Amino acid sequence: MNPIWIVAQREFLTRVKKRSFLIMTLLGPLFFGLLMVAPALLASLPEGPKKLLVVDHSYLLVGEKGMEDVVYEFLKPTPKALANGKKILETNSEFDGLLYLPPSENKDPDYILKNAKLFSLEDLPISLMAGVEDQLEQKAYEQKLRLEGVDPEVVKRAETNARLTSVLMGDAGEEENSPAEFKMILGLAAGYLIYIFVFLYATQIMRGVIEEKTSRIVEVIISSVKPMQLMLGKITGIASVGLLQFIIWVGLTAALYAGLSATVLADAFNPEVIAQMQAQPDSGGMAAEVLSALHSINYPLILSAFLFYFLGGYLLYGALFAAVGSAVDAEADTQQFMLPLTLPLILALLVSMRVMESPDSPLAFWFSMVPFTSPVVMMTRIPFGVPYWELGLSMALLVLGFLGTTWLASRIYRIGILSYGKKASFKDLWKWVRSDQ
Amino acid sequence: MIRAENISKRYADHTALNDVSLHIPKGSLYGLLGPNGAGKTTFLRILNQIIDPDAGQVLLDGRPLQRNDIARIGYLPEERGLYKKMAVGDQSLYLARLKGLSEAEAKKRLVYWFEKLGMESWWDKKIEELSKGMAQKVQFVTTVLHQPEVLIFDEPFSGFDPLAAQQIREEMLELHRNGTTLLFSTHRMENVEEMCTHIGLINKSRRVLEGSVAEVVRSHRTHRYTVIYQTPDGLALSAEATAPFQVVSDEALPGSDWRTGRSLCVQLTANEGLNHVLGALLPHADVLEAHESVPSMNDIFIQTVQNAAS
Repeated sequence: MNPIWIVAQREFLTRVKKRSFLIMTLLGPLFFGLLMVAPALLASLPEGPKKLLVVDHSYLLVGEKGMEDVVYEFLKPTPKALANGKKILETNSEFDGLLYLPPSENKDPDYILKNAKLFSLEDLPISLMAGVEDQLEQKAYEQKLRLEGVDPEVVKRAETNARLTSVLMGDAGEEENSPAEFKMILGLAAGYLIYIFVFLYATQIMRGVIEEKTSRIVEVIISSVKPMQLMLGKITGIASVGLLQFIIWVGLTAALYAGLSATVLADAFNPEVIAQMQAQPDSGGMAAEVLSALHSINYPLILSAFLFYFLGGYLLYGALFAAVGSAVDAEADTQQFMLPLTLPLILALLVSMRVMESPDSPLAFWFSMVPFTSPVVMMTRIPFGVPYWELGLSMALLVLGFLGTTWLASRIYRIGILSYGKKASFKDLWKWVRSDQ
Repeated sequence: MIRAENISKRYADHTALNDVSLHIPKGSLYGLLGPNGAGKTTFLRILNQIIDPDAGQVLLDGRPLQRNDIARIGYLPEERGLYKKMAVGDQSLYLARLKGLSEAEAKKRLVYWFEKLGMESWWDKKIEELSKGMAQKVQFVTTVLHQPEVLIFDEPFSGFDPLAAQQIREEMLELHRNGTTLLFSTHRMENVEEMCTHIGLINKSRRVLEGSVAEVVRSHRTHRYTVIYQTPDGLALSAEATAPFQVVSDEALPGSDWRTGRSLCVQLTANEGLNHVLGALLPHADVLEAHESVPSMNDIFIQTVQNAAS
């Protein structure tokens, strides 16, 4: 049997058999999902409405009882009301704050708002402040309209809402609804995932190499297989772990999607319903757009491109990380070599934020061609549609790139794994690359 | 079996081997000697094709070493270890498969060796649960498992506790009796005298001495003889009795010796022998023991290295 295969098998099995792999694979998506939803969930936890004392000299809030999360209790606006209110606030824990609105001067609502104050013993939620501010603004706005002799009701009726649906005209003449926001999110998420995956698995290669070096088993192994074979076997084995994990994640997500669309979202995902919703001018428009966006994305292309760029990026960086691992005696020594490797990855991530807004700019083009950044940047572009020649060129360059880094890394690796003690410098690495043995 | 011809290997800052030629005969138990840093490990790595020489070549059975020859060689490096978190059985199987054994065959042989060395209960244990000596036994087994024709050990006894070292020594001797060619490097001379049929000595990246142990010793004879004797009066021999020889020393046996008597060391010429000594001494004393004093391997080692230095 080919030794690369035997090595890859070991790398794969030892990792897949670990309990942490099972947990990460099954719970990973759930965990990530929770991480995204948790803050929203926490924020929306039902909390009893806050009670505010109101001293309203301006009569701006007359008749208001509060809002969903605030209850107003008015004090008679006597001259001493503010002082009394503060006393109540200090002694009576029933109230969370005291809202003070000064008397208006020249009936100017702006004066009231500029001098309005909210007293409290503890910090109040920002959402509560914002809610009260909104309400005051609305009241002042209506007040101003009245001062100008305009009926606020008329203004309300005159309000309209314009929404543009952006339509991309394809080569074949088909038209496609193209909600850019959704593509931006999808693209950025895909690019980000590539970044995380490449980092996660390339680091595993590095750790594996360091483990073999520090446990001194490496010389035993390379008396049986060539260093290059050991390195390639390790890279292949860990790549298989990543692929398996990815496939399980996609499978789980698909199953979840199927389960949801069969029950809860059955209506929402029915194309007829979407068509109906789109036909309605206002109410369902937004939701329908998102749904149609979900349907308009070319998932097979994105998935296969993701697999390609994950593998390509992983191979490109994985070989270099293996070289780094071979050059050091302990993980703590890797930092100086890690910096030049992580920099392009982080740069790619930063660039993709810009690319997401203008996916066809020269910046986007060039960064999606350079193999060190193309996996992240190209994934950000793909949901927006990329010409096939660009995709092809970028992929070809990536293949060339990882062949190049693998060659370079193997030159360092074969010498690094047998070098103990002395801390290697970049100069040493370069010497190893050039030396015949 | 193995013939290394004019091997040279230079590193950036020093020369590890300089025009070294060594011959390891088939079936020999070959000890590669040399001070630390002499180039022994580099030489062994070249034999295992871990590194390539800058010049020269290695012949195995008369033809240049090839990649698939690694299946015929077993190698236990000085810097040896195992995966700490992997079960003993699993990694023994893994290493055996890397040497080209099928999984079934590897398992069969492992069971045999594990029983032989009393290691049956270790199969599912992780290396980190074993002692250092135990781990080294596992390493030994994985080195010999594919039944190579040539076994190469780099400093095999360093780091072993005396009992384990003894066990490994016996296994090596048994492999030697069964016809395996063994080559090991060491700086401990007593191993060489006990075990080896052949030695090679490398110093400062050059070969300074090679041959069968018998040849080497023969060529380092000093024609000195030692006689343990007892005179009736318990005194030293008279000058008259020792007149035919050049006396190197004549002193009472050390207190640690159970016998009472004296030890005489004499220097003869190349064509004289033990009979010559005995013939002259027997009329004057009881001879308890008489033998030629051949230099120990340690003496030869030190002398050769010093000669090379001067």
